[in-house]
Amino acid sequence: MMRLIATLISLMMATSLSARAEEIVLGLSQAEVSITTNFDGSEILVYGAVKRDAPAPDSGPLGVVVTVSGPSVPVLVRRKEKKFGIWLNADAVEVDRAPSYYAVVTSAPLNRVLTRVEDLRHKISIPRAIRSVGAPMNISNAALFTEALIRIRTRSDQYQVIEGGVKLDEDTLFRAAIRLPAALTEGDYAARIFLTRAGQVVASYDTVIDVRKVGLERWLFNLSRENALLYGLMSLAIAIGAGWGASAVFNMLRR
Amino acid sequence: MERMQIYLPIAEVSVNAFLVLGLGGLVGVLSGMFGVGGGFLLTPLLFFIGIPPAVAVATGATQIVASSFSGVLAHFRRRTVDLRMGSVLLIGGLFGAALGIILFNYLRSLGQVDLLVRLFYVVFLGIIGALMFAESLRALRNVNKGKLPPRKKHNWVHGLPFKMRFRVSGLYISVMPPIAVGILVGILAAIMGVGGGFIMVPAMIYLLGMPTKVVIGTSLFQIIFVTAFTTMLHATTNYTVDVVLAVLLLIGGVIGAQVGTRIGVKMKAEQLRILLALLVLVVCGKLALELLLEPAELYSIAPVELK
Repeated sequence: MMRLIATLISLMMATSLSARAEEIVLGLSQAEVSITTNFDGSEILVYGAVKRDAPAPDSGPLGVVVTVSGPSVPVLVRRKEKKFGIWLNADAVEVDRAPSYYAVVTSAPLNRVLTRVEDLRHKISIPRAIRSVGAPMNISNAALFTEALIRIRTRSDQYQVIEGGVKLDEDTLFRAAIRLPAALTEGDYAARIFLTRAGQVVASYDTVIDVRKVGLERWLFNLSRENALLYGLMSLAIAIGAGWGASAVFNMLRR
Repeated sequence: MERMQIYLPIAEVSVNAFLVLGLGGLVGVLSGMFGVGGGFLLTPLLFFIGIPPAVAVATGATQIVASSFSGVLAHFRRRTVDLRMGSVLLIGGLFGAALGIILFNYLRSLGQVDLLVRLFYVVFLGIIGALMFAESLRALRNVNKGKLPPRKKHNWVHGLPFKMRFRVSGLYISVMPPIAVGILVGILAAIMGVGGGFIMVPAMIYLLGMPTKVVIGTSLFQIIFVTAFTTMLHATTNYTVDVVLAVLLLIGGVIGAQVGTRIGVKMKAEQLRILLALLVLVVCGKLALELLLEPAELYSIAPVELK
């Protein structure tokens, strides 16, 4: 019995040692994404190295997982049903937290670099990053709604899983390109990098990518929220001015 | 050049500038030709290119202000605007729009507003398109036979009290029917997110008996104010007016409206009406099919309303 406990303790020490033994040193090609008028998506390069105090442990192959997550907000997923001969929204499930953007980039297939338990603990894969609790009692299969959410957002590139997207050199240097789509919500994007050994997370690193509207985009957005009346009047003035201007120009052309 | 993307600050999506300019132009041509704001076509088209529905409805209204303004100036020059009739319709219109917003918010609290908007479109576009089509066919046949189109000078409308003289339209009728038309159009404008010209133009022709030439300018005049009112309501309550999108649409729209007005002048009233009827029926048919056929994706995502 004592021997078993001793083995367990030494095992635990070994894992905690190995956790400290490998650390992430990280760089980002850009810590800020500026949304300008001609913004057409962006690509962020995440690169880094594994820092070691001792030779690499042999507790399994090294894996790297990079996730980037946009701001999470609750969304409503509705399902259409045929009633009275027409298709209309029937059941709805509120998903408590769904990131507006989510990318998982790994160095190998996800189920090889990460165990299910570790995925649950760190909320890495897309279904784990979405939080859905408390679906209404009358809806039998609430999981279908979350699946639909993932399916729709994956189709529009808002959710991405790129297995093998992280390039790993000599078990030390890694790099990954994260593609941000053109339809981007502003906010703090959380970037997380996990080092795994045999599916267990041995080190992690968090950083924030600041996605902001700048210049005219920023100014218009702020005006529309802070001084909505003025913004509305400005929109109308522009509309009427353009209507009058075009009419005048056409009249001149006709003469 | 081939990918001229523009990021819209309020809609938070990136769109192709030329695509939006083209949409604005197309709707502008219709606006100038028929005197309808074109909202019934613009709003669904904006959904289709990926603009969030709330932004599409609000910004569509802004664009209609611009193209209608451009159009009404052309009609003022030709003296085909009945200002008196326009003002009476407007009084009803603003009242109706306010009523419509109340109704809209009530329907939204029931959670079926999408369906109701769609049903409104199908029912109203269907009825009006069919009526107009039948009427214009009859008129066209009569013209071809060399007969004058029958003008019903006296119907029940002429028996109502509070009569007023509308000189430009050549009418002496009660103000009650125009106000009622205004209210109805205002309600529809608020619920369907359109100017309401496609309802008002036939109502003016068939119900009030106004001459077709005056109808278009007068309806544009009324539409400007109702859509301006709607724009302000959306901008101050929902923050959904995207001015960048509006500018792109209206650059295309004002040019289109001028072109459309010129085309409209060259065509016979009956031909104009039959074209508008066909267009209304096509849009109606497409919306009806969407309700009747099984959609490819049964699920949809909507933001949770903050209470």
